[in-house]
Amino acid sequence: MNTARRTLGPTIAAHGVMILYTLIALFPVFVIVTNSFKSRRAIFRDPLGLPTSETFSLVGYETVLKQGDFFLYFQNSMIVTVVSLALILIFGAMAAFALAEYRFPGNALMGLYLALGIMIPIRIGTVAILEMMVSTGLVNTLTALILVYTAQGLPLAVFILSAFMKGVSDDLKNAGRIDGLSEYKIFFRLVLPLVRPAMATVAVFNMIPIWNDLWFPLILAPAEEVKTLTLGSQVFIGQFVTDWNAVLSALSMAILPVMVLYVVFSRQLIRGITSGAVK
Amino acid sequence: MAQPSKKPFRWHIAVFLAPAVFVYTAVMIYPLFNTLRLSLYSRVDQERVWVGLDNFRTLFGDAIWSEQFWNALGNNTWFFVIHMAVQNPIGIALAALLSSPRLRFSAFYRTAIFIPTILSFVIVGFAWKLILSPIWGIAPGMLDAIGLKFLYAPWLGKEEYALTTLSLVSVWQYVGIPMMLIYAALLSIPDEILEAGECDGITGMSAFWKIKLPLILPSIGIISVLTFVANFNAFDLIYAAQGALAGPDFSTDILGTFMYRTFFGFQLQLGDPHMGSTIASAMFGIILIGVCIYLFGIQRRLRSYQF
Repeated sequence: MNTARRTLGPTIAAHGVMILYTLIALFPVFVIVTNSFKSRRAIFRDPLGLPTSETFSLVGYETVLKQGDFFLYFQNSMIVTVVSLALILIFGAMAAFALAEYRFPGNALMGLYLALGIMIPIRIGTVAILEMMVSTGLVNTLTALILVYTAQGLPLAVFILSAFMKGVSDDLKNAGRIDGLSEYKIFFRLVLPLVRPAMATVAVFNMIPIWNDLWFPLILAPAEEVKTLTLGSQVFIGQFVTDWNAVLSALSMAILPVMVLYVVFSRQLIRGITSGAVK
Repeated sequence: MAQPSKKPFRWHIAVFLAPAVFVYTAVMIYPLFNTLRLSLYSRVDQERVWVGLDNFRTLFGDAIWSEQFWNALGNNTWFFVIHMAVQNPIGIALAALLSSPRLRFSAFYRTAIFIPTILSFVIVGFAWKLILSPIWGIAPGMLDAIGLKFLYAPWLGKEEYALTTLSLVSVWQYVGIPMMLIYAALLSIPDEILEAGECDGITGMSAFWKIKLPLILPSIGIISVLTFVANFNAFDLIYAAQGALAGPDFSTDILGTFMYRTFFGFQLQLGDPHMGSTIASAMFGIILIGVCIYLFGIQRRLRSYQF
């Protein structure tokens, strides 16, 4: 850009606004995490101070680990998220390949049918989903959650992946066909490895909503042994509402895994959002 | 998928489509229509009986139900209005600043401002509840420090402020999404257009208003419809911060919490799946109207701006 007009004033103002908003965005997280390491008295006397050697205390974390089964919740959340993501990716990629690669009667209609779910939230159907899960005995199992999240994630996955698969070169696939590869091998050996970046984008988009969802765990799987971390911390906090140390520690422990995921995947996530909208 | 008889049936297409179509149909589409169907039934003496549109008549006509429904719908509309009026302008402003090529550390700002968006409603709801709580005193203490203590009120506990406060908390959480989408749209504007404007003397703020803003209108349209669907389907934040009763005195009740209470029951009221389905159907109708207005009314007109 034009460097001759570089002025200091607007730049400083821009940084000022960005720093202010960054502080607003991070302040609550900062307050929760720092206070979770303080003794009860320090939490109230000096809520904004950092924990010092005399106010440092882990009593909240001790309560959380003693009273709540957070490792179990974490494990449940992990299973639900990982299995749902795997199913969304593999089923979504297969359907996207069928729609992008072959011409068959009803192709456009099928694409439209699968795209319906992008705009219509699955929560509207909760009453019937619960009824179905009760009648099939899946209520209070992780399977119920996995099925729901897979169905919820598929429409967008098919949409994004089929746009990507249309870009895979036809020559490559035809070369494979001439060499006698079956359509399945063409999909798994040639096409899948090429759309890996798009798969990563889909995974990152779906990961956070699944991990954070409260509605379906609350309705489909509220039993103790299948609680997810989000529901588990919600219930725990509800019970310990007057024990501020425990509440703050539980919140910090719930923040931690998401933050780790975010730090690991933030580049992929941001690239996904940016490239998706450019198109 | 009936195949023309000339060619052999291509089984692999069916195999590729089957799992996705099956799961999607069985767990999403079928329950959706089943919910719409259930709203036409009611339970009388342990039996499911067809009642036609009676449930809707109760929902809109019966004083007890309709009052709750209109209250929830009104609150939900206010929730949406605040999002549109606060979240989107802030998101656009942040994106405009971020996309300026001379801004250093923009990757850092982008990452940091997006952090609230990845947190769950449970964390966000409780964190703000604690911060705004008069017991802890972070909010009054900070207002005191800048001499504005008289402004403080227990916002989440007062009927007249609670809903607005929660809407703003939700805005705080979700501002990252419009910011990112607008940022992407701004980056995709070709430099030649901006340079052409510069030759005609359009720079700085007027370049934003006259060139960039019209070009990002399609993204603003998408963001508006995404916000609409998300808001009229919201539940988690209100439930985490105020509980299923959406206190104080139902002043933060929105359609999601209303449906949850009706369908699942709370305290003295028994859960009623049929009335729950009726509310779900009403929500479906509202979302459908919103999406249709966008698809047929707004998107079509915006298309002409795209490159």
